Amino acid sequence: MLSIKNLCVSIEGKEILNGINLEVSPGEVHAIMGPNGSGKSTLANVLTGKEGYEITAGEIIYMGEDLLDQSPEDRARKGIFLSFQYPVEIPGVPMVSFLKTAVNELRKFRGEKPLSAQEFLRLMREKKKLVEMDTELTNRSVNEGFSGGEKKKNEIFQMALLEPRLAILDETDSGLDIDALKIVAHGVNALKSPERSTIVVTHYQRLLDYIIPDHVHVLYKGRIVKSAGKELALELEEKGYDWIKKENGSW
Amino acid sequence: MSVQTENSDPSIRLVGYFREAESYLYGNSPELINQHRKKALQDFLIRGIPSRKNENYKYTNLQPSFLQDFNWLPHREITGYELPDLFKCHVPRLDVFQIILMNGWFHSTNGFLPEGVFAGSLERFAVENRKFFREYYTKITDGYEDPLVSLNTAFARDGYVLYVPANVKIEKPVQVINLLKAQGDIFVTQRNLVIVEPGAEVKLIICDHTLNLNQYLSNSATEVFIGGNASVEFLTLQNHHNQSVMVNSSGFHLERDSRLTTQTITLHGGLVRNNVEVILDGTNSEANLYGVSFTDRKQHVDNFIRVLHEKPECRSNQLYRNVLDNESSGAFSGRIHVKRDAQKTNAYQKNNNLLLTDKAQMQTKPQLIIEADDVKCSHGATVGQIDEEALFYLRARGIGENQARLMLTNAFSYEVVRQIDDVTLRDQISELVGKRLTGEIGRCHESAYRANC
Repeated sequence: MLSIKNLCVSIEGKEILNGINLEVSPGEVHAIMGPNGSGKSTLANVLTGKEGYEITAGEIIYMGEDLLDQSPEDRARKGIFLSFQYPVEIPGVPMVSFLKTAVNELRKFRGEKPLSAQEFLRLMREKKKLVEMDTELTNRSVNEGFSGGEKKKNEIFQMALLEPRLAILDETDSGLDIDALKIVAHGVNALKSPERSTIVVTHYQRLLDYIIPDHVHVLYKGRIVKSAGKELALELEEKGYDWIKKENGSW
Repeated sequence: MSVQTENSDPSIRLVGYFREAESYLYGNSPELINQHRKKALQDFLIRGIPSRKNENYKYTNLQPSFLQDFNWLPHREITGYELPDLFKCHVPRLDVFQIILMNGWFHSTNGFLPEGVFAGSLERFAVENRKFFREYYTKITDGYEDPLVSLNTAFARDGYVLYVPANVKIEKPVQVINLLKAQGDIFVTQRNLVIVEPGAEVKLIICDHTLNLNQYLSNSATEVFIGGNASVEFLTLQNHHNQSVMVNSSGFHLERDSRLTTQTITLHGGLVRNNVEVILDGTNSEANLYGVSFTDRKQHVDNFIRVLHEKPECRSNQLYRNVLDNESSGAFSGRIHVKRDAQKTNAYQKNNNLLLTDKAQMQTKPQLIIEADDVKCSHGATVGQIDEEALFYLRARGIGENQARLMLTNAFSYEVVRQIDDVTLRDQISELVGKRLTGEIGRCHESAYRANC
């Protein structure tokens, strides 16, 4: 489904990603771990098409197509979803009209009929249950006045509505207390399917107690320096990133 | 047609035009309007048509507009128009009382109002209600010190009057429809008077429209008197074509415990200058002034606000937003003046501007003059672009770039529109703004002309 080959990315001349290789098959959950500044968020942003990054080498193939020259909206319509680390507040754009527009854009792209207001509200009601999303929140503007936890819940709620093929969760656990973490993880797990792949970007292992990865990769200085099964996350938790840093200290 | 004077000073030219119009004006207007002309013309000449040297008109140069070739003579066209054919209102679903004006002249009314309310022409009011007329006419504008207002008083012929007697609450909004449709290019002077007696309540919706592509230079002035504990909502929807020039001056005088809310929504217009002067002249009175403008191409919109706190314990609040596209320009000037006696004043002002291109320009000038010592005042101004983070967020959810920009622009202006209390009206204005942004409301109102703009 997703194939990243020798991806090199820099920002304002500074190299951030340094030859990333990653293969993600349908239904798999990949965790990308690493210390701060290792390039985790850059990878998530480049996958979703955020501007400001220079691709100096490599390629990203998604569903058989070159991803890099596609706009963020086209990637989203083709099923790529980013759960933002810091979801923005957009005063004046009501949640409901934002979500309805997004859902109908997606349907239009797939050649499906747009949902009527009533159909959409029904869909929204159903998906709200999944992450215990409060109606009071969906009556506001996008993320306006949401707490950190509510913003993250809102991301997973959107994921439930948009049903992506590839979900990228960027530090979804940051700023969450344990109860919110469980709700968010429950939402992600409920959306698991044989066609849907997930990339979990995280600094800490604790989210992976709830979202069990098939593969764990350690990103350090813009490179994947270690890949293994879910046990790698536990090893990192135990030994800390110093262990990786020492092993790769030569560069 | 007017005789062309060679003088390149527009003020001198205007005196010439006044001389030409004089016999018509004095011969056809009521005495109570006529008796103010001479002094007004003198007042006008002290300042003249402002150049950029005039601090109050620093960002809006009216001189070129006044040097153009208009028909300056007051001229009432015989209008056999049927209004429904002429004008399809963009605010169609409202149940309102209508006052219709054509080229600055009162045309007709539509609907029923409570007993004792007068809604009609200024000319008629000046004849039939001399006592009232004398009591109110020019009482606000005399202190206004704006040459365009003086010019209005000198050339005044007609306009609308709305008189609401004490304690009468008009439930239905009163919609004033100002239409411009002349055979040639004309100079329009419209003079209006609104008297709301103590304890009365009224909502006005003013709609300004051009109905063809002729050149219009319109100079209107409105005096609004708000008695003790009375309440006035004053919503203006400006939708002139993008070559028209409009100067629109409104003065509001508030007595104790009264309330005023204004909303000025500028959808289209070539050059628009809105002068708003609010005098809080009674304890515990309150004024909320909101405005939002949309400009593109070479449009220019200038909102010039002055709020005068004369008495203690009054509140004023200004929120103006401008959305500027292409190479359009805008100006905002908001002055809060708190006089020595006006203790316990609360006065706020905010002006936020969204520039959609690098070429759009906005000048914003907040100003506070505070002579009392126990007051709360604040002001703030911002000029910015579309928030790139928000744009990416929307696009990352599959919303196309253009639509995402539109949503964010709409959201920016909604902050002003949401202040409209009436839900039906708010929704309709919001819809109109949406249509303005997508270009569904053309710069013209008749499809035959649309291709030309």
